[in-house]
Amino acid sequence: MMDPQPRSSSCRVAIVGGGPAGLGAALALRQRGIDRVVVIEREAEAGGIPRHCGHPVFGWREFGRVLSGPVYARRLRDAALAAGVEIRTRSSVTQLHPGGGVELASPAGLEQLAAERVILATGVRETPRSARLVGGDRPWGVLTTGALQSFVYLERLRPFRRPVIVGTELVSFSAILTARAAGMRPVAMIEENGHTTARWPSAWMARAFGLRLYLGTRLVDIRGNGRVEAVNVETGGKTATIDCDGVIFTGRFLPAAELVRSSPLRWDSGSGGPVIDQFGRCSDPAYFAAGNLLRAVETAGWCHREGRRVGGFVADDLQDRLPRSPRRIELERGPGIKLIVPQAIEVGLTDPSAMLQLRVDRDLSGRLTIDAGGQRLWERRLATRPERRILIPLQALSIPPGVDRLQVGFTP
Amino acid sequence: MNAAGTGMDGLFDVAVVGGGVVGCAMARRFALEGARTILLERSTDILAGPSKANSALLHTGFDATPGTLELACVRAGYAEYLEIRERLNLPLLETGAVLVAWTEEEAAKLDGILAQAHANGVTDVRRIGRDELIAREPHLATAAREAILVPGEHVIDPWSAPLGYLHQALENGAQALFSAPVERGEFDGSRWRLDTPRGSVSAALVINCAGLWGDHLDQSLLGGTDFTIRPRKGQFAVFDKAAAPYLRSILLPVPTERTKGVVLARTIFGNLLVGPTAEEQIDREHPSTDGPTLARLVEHAARLVPMLAGMPVTAAYAGLRPASEHKDYRIRAHAERRWITVGGIRSTGLTGALGIARHVWSLYEGLGSRHTAPAAPVWPRMPNIAEHLSRDFQQPGYGEIVCHCELVTRREIEAALTGPLPAGDLGGLKRRTRAMMGRCQGFYCSAHVCAIAKGRIAMPDKLGETL
Repeated sequence: MMDPQPRSSSCRVAIVGGGPAGLGAALALRQRGIDRVVVIEREAEAGGIPRHCGHPVFGWREFGRVLSGPVYARRLRDAALAAGVEIRTRSSVTQLHPGGGVELASPAGLEQLAAERVILATGVRETPRSARLVGGDRPWGVLTTGALQSFVYLERLRPFRRPVIVGTELVSFSAILTARAAGMRPVAMIEENGHTTARWPSAWMARAFGLRLYLGTRLVDIRGNGRVEAVNVETGGKTATIDCDGVIFTGRFLPAAELVRSSPLRWDSGSGGPVIDQFGRCSDPAYFAAGNLLRAVETAGWCHREGRRVGGFVADDLQDRLPRSPRRIELERGPGIKLIVPQAIEVGLTDPSAMLQLRVDRDLSGRLTIDAGGQRLWERRLATRPERRILIPLQALSIPPGVDRLQVGFTP
Repeated sequence: MNAAGTGMDGLFDVAVVGGGVVGCAMARRFALEGARTILLERSTDILAGPSKANSALLHTGFDATPGTLELACVRAGYAEYLEIRERLNLPLLETGAVLVAWTEEEAAKLDGILAQAHANGVTDVRRIGRDELIAREPHLATAAREAILVPGEHVIDPWSAPLGYLHQALENGAQALFSAPVERGEFDGSRWRLDTPRGSVSAALVINCAGLWGDHLDQSLLGGTDFTIRPRKGQFAVFDKAAAPYLRSILLPVPTERTKGVVLARTIFGNLLVGPTAEEQIDREHPSTDGPTLARLVEHAARLVPMLAGMPVTAAYAGLRPASEHKDYRIRAHAERRWITVGGIRSTGLTGALGIARHVWSLYEGLGSRHTAPAAPVWPRMPNIAEHLSRDFQQPGYGEIVCHCELVTRREIEAALTGPLPAGDLGGLKRRTRAMMGRCQGFYCSAHVCAIAKGRIAMPDKLGETL
């Protein structure tokens, strides 16, 4: 089998991923007068994760009303198209090259797309069973929320009737809504910590729908021949068996950073996404990134605003209004700090809206600190938990001369 | 009653019981020699048992016990795989292996291993010092002392190989019957009648390739057996494709008396696997994994290759090797009963299968049977799903990419659902195409794959009721 010669084409900005962030970036670029903006979307329609999510709540900040996921996705897509964005669907980017070239595959064949700038907006996915190292048999009926939503909202299929839900993040409650909408009766919700991860609607919602909520409980293994028959759980040293016919692993989102990891771009083990500066610029200045690829996980609305913001910076860059600073500062994570985004700051170029985003990897209370060598630049008293968003305005930091690294830490 | 869909009045020269890699290779050999052959498989597709869960290595036999039938079959199987693989379009990832000594005690054993390799006829095996080892594998932990280099150990595709074998058997006149466990059988002095839920089959000879159930089949139909299956479970963890650059060769440990130990190897699909464990168990139905063991495998891998620390795991699985109380294969012809048992094919079955099939054919000829081989056998080409070779998505007109992680096209899925050996269930579809086997494990594509496959293959109970 001979590989056909790839076609070549060019554009000003190629945006990889047509979800809320990618469409937001595309829209901002067009509104700034940048032409030949191409969104590359691997699915049959742009719109991203909200397209799979047939229940509210989307769009309050963007459109001033509550929309279902698919309606919200369609609005974002229509807005981008009306602004003159080219959306190429069923097109998969397979490789990123230094300086902005991307390789893509579509049913029309392979293509080399030379772009002056590339914005990566490939989003997130949930952590499946295998990556959580959950043992047992390997029957059918083990899904993530995303897969469940595709079964129910895209394919109109019901994969099971009495699933157990693993996790208590916001998306876990989306799993309950999806399951109920398809006539399923989830039987239990399992959470390793002693409290639910999501602040709201948490426990009362589980009870309202007749699920038993198991806090402080670990999923030991999954049992079943052919399909799921039960799960074994452990609470405080005691084991129990829960009869069910499916398992939904919810949340523990991970940036879909495969392209980054197989590219020359720097990748951050904390966030799981590319290393960026406060403008969303990657280690190769032809590349920018936005949305949940930067860190898991924020809402669709957040990602859309972030996409618009980074789109604006790319427009600045193309119009020679986004210089590179001679001083670049790297941020180091101390114990307890799961991630910091951006991972680098270009000193002296900060726009007033720039924020440092942090998350912790355990329940913490004490002082969140930012130091330069031995010198304390900033601190704040805080009690927080994993998956809670922490924001620090960059303007709050006055970075002394001669410093090239900052340490972010937590002191009890 | 004749077996449904065989179109041969249910009369065969040979019935092969079991659709694992050995059964598939057996059906191929007998079909290519001109015997009217049928393969009976109890599940809805081939490779439902141990053959779907192994380390996917093509062994040279350098470390096999000298003088065993296992060594002879592995050597013959290795040679035949290399001889036929291009015609069947079966992939080969030429990695070589390094058997690394991490301690002084282990280093002291290398000379013995080297001598055994040479005695086994694997003459290109040699000792390499630390410098050459590190030049070859720069990401190994610093404790690596020295090694034995086995240039001929390679990585293959554990699924397309048996698929290709049975596919070629079918293209050359063999038949296969699925959902057909042998429930009863009777020998009338010249022929066997095997009863399955899908009908009865009459064959002049039965070859028992029933793997984990081989001793039971011997016992129930032949009235006795000279081995007992003692399942040995092997758990594996598969790292994300981002791990593959950190290892070039297959990384072997110095073996112990009981086991060859835990291996690190790239897969033909671009991942990196660690395993297997070796756990004796009674149960033959549940190749289950357990979290703590998987975590230990992952830690072990990161100890040997530190860059693997924190690397995500894409998949975890376990297989039950059909080992017996004997160290060697249990292959025996019962001439008067027209029955050949192929039992105790433990961890080397993937490499050994083609050699085992040749050996069994020679036993069969020794029983006095003669056939006329087809003058121009058909060589069907298997679709490629190996990462390092040209893939379907690189050719225009594929419709859509269904599985984004593994870049599986609609055209590949349609092909796997049709043809002489279509997928019989979702597992078979996964193995033929890689759909749902990537890092997201079906987050994006499982619903779409089920919608495409629904009504065309056996689905698990209640999976995919229409809303």
